[in-house]
Amino acid sequence: MIEYIVGHINYWLIVAIMMVGLYTLMSRSNLIKKLAGLSMFQTAVILFYVSLGKVTGGTVPIISEEYSVYSNPLPQVLMLTAIVVGVATTALGFALVIRIKEAYNSVEENEISAMDEKE
Amino acid sequence: MSLVVNLVLLVFLLVMALAVLKTRHLFAMAMLFGLYSLLVAGLFVVLDAPDVAFTEAAVGTGISTVLMLVTLASIKDGHELVSTQKSRTAPLIICIIMGGLLIYGTHDIAELGDPQSAPHMQVAARYIEKGQEETGVPNLVTAVLASYRGFDTLGEVTVVLTAGIGVLMLLGSRKKLRIKEVSNGK
Amino acid sequence: MANDLILRVVTKWLSPIIILFALYVQFHGDYSPGGGFQAGVIFSSAILLYSLTYGLDAALQLIPEYILRIGASLGVLIYGGVGVASMILGGNFLNYSVLASTPVAGQHLGIIIIELGVGITVASVMVLLFFTFARRVAPE
Repeated sequence: MIEYIVGHINYWLIVAIMMVGLYTLMSRSNLIKKLAGLSMFQTAVILFYVSLGKVTGGTVPIISEEYSVYSNPLPQVLMLTAIVVGVATTALGFALVIRIKEAYNSVEENEISAMDEKE
Repeated sequence: MSLVVNLVLLVFLLVMALAVLKTRHLFAMAMLFGLYSLLVAGLFVVLDAPDVAFTEAAVGTGISTVLMLVTLASIKDGHELVSTQKSRTAPLIICIIMGGLLIYGTHDIAELGDPQSAPHMQVAARYIEKGQEETGVPNLVTAVLASYRGFDTLGEVTVVLTAGIGVLMLLGSRKKLRIKEVSNGK
Repeated sequence: MANDLILRVVTKWLSPIIILFALYVQFHGDYSPGGGFQAGVIFSSAILLYSLTYGLDAALQLIPEYILRIGASLGVLIYGGVGVASMILGGNFLNYSVLASTPVAGQHLGIIIIELGVGITVASVMVLLFFTFARRVAPE
């Protein structure tokens, strides 16, 4: 029982961080806060994947003569791509927020939809 | 020992995420966001992933935080309004249900660091054995990224270029356009 | 911010060291952690530091914007060019073994060239993003 909790508590904490990010995305109406919540959610998912590749007693996956057990390089490679794609998405989101502010003069979501419904 | 470091960093990360949720001063939120990325980079180092830690520290703390600060400076709106119209119980229930389902799903995942778990068995074992002699490069992450999975990296570079082109199209013109008037008569 | 003496002196000393570190990370990506993406972002953070301390106009004098636009496309062109070159030399698309006399030397050469392409594109796009955003901030 203790072994089960000690082995799995990392995953539970990462799931809690994911849910805080998702709640920020869904419940706040300020657009910049939504984007920050989305980015935190993405980073927590990437953390989850990289933690699946860890091997106890292993080391960094760079081949050298002194070590024989290496951590799994495959999740790290895939998550490298995911991080860069995440920052590209966030940058485009911020550009859209600047244009929305210039068009509607507000970055709160309920004010923007009220302005859209009025016309 | 590394488990204690792991747990301490994860608890700090959870506190940081809750602080980003609660704070209403947006510049402070940008700073907390940068700190969140730095803590995640520290966690990657503990999890034996220095390439990913490099990228996350440079991209998350550097580029993302700077872009958020420049956006805040450009819209000149530093505080978030407390909205009374949006209901907060529906997102909370959805998040609790989804969190419960995810924790139920981690029941089958092997414990942290198990050498016999499924991801380490077939493809990764071959990359570790044959990686250096087939590509001549000791860093396995670079070998897999550039040679074994070169197609994905081509797609990723194209995504970066597309994001640059998209931002240039959105913000490239010098003068500011105003489309909707905010007066009441409209 | 150009009036602050400590910021100006430290930026002038640190920026070349950061660029040198970015080049080290780029070309040592084969033997230590690193590679194209990390090097590109570190290079762009050196330009960002200079631009934040001395102002946008000084940074635009340092790197004019047309060079950034050319650089962003040039990196992807280098990457695709290696793929097409390996097709011309007889192999499949992005098969680096046919690029040199032995397969292992070909792989090593192919990996270095494509990492260079990736680094150029990522550095150019990150600096271009910052300049495009910073132009929208109204001067006070």
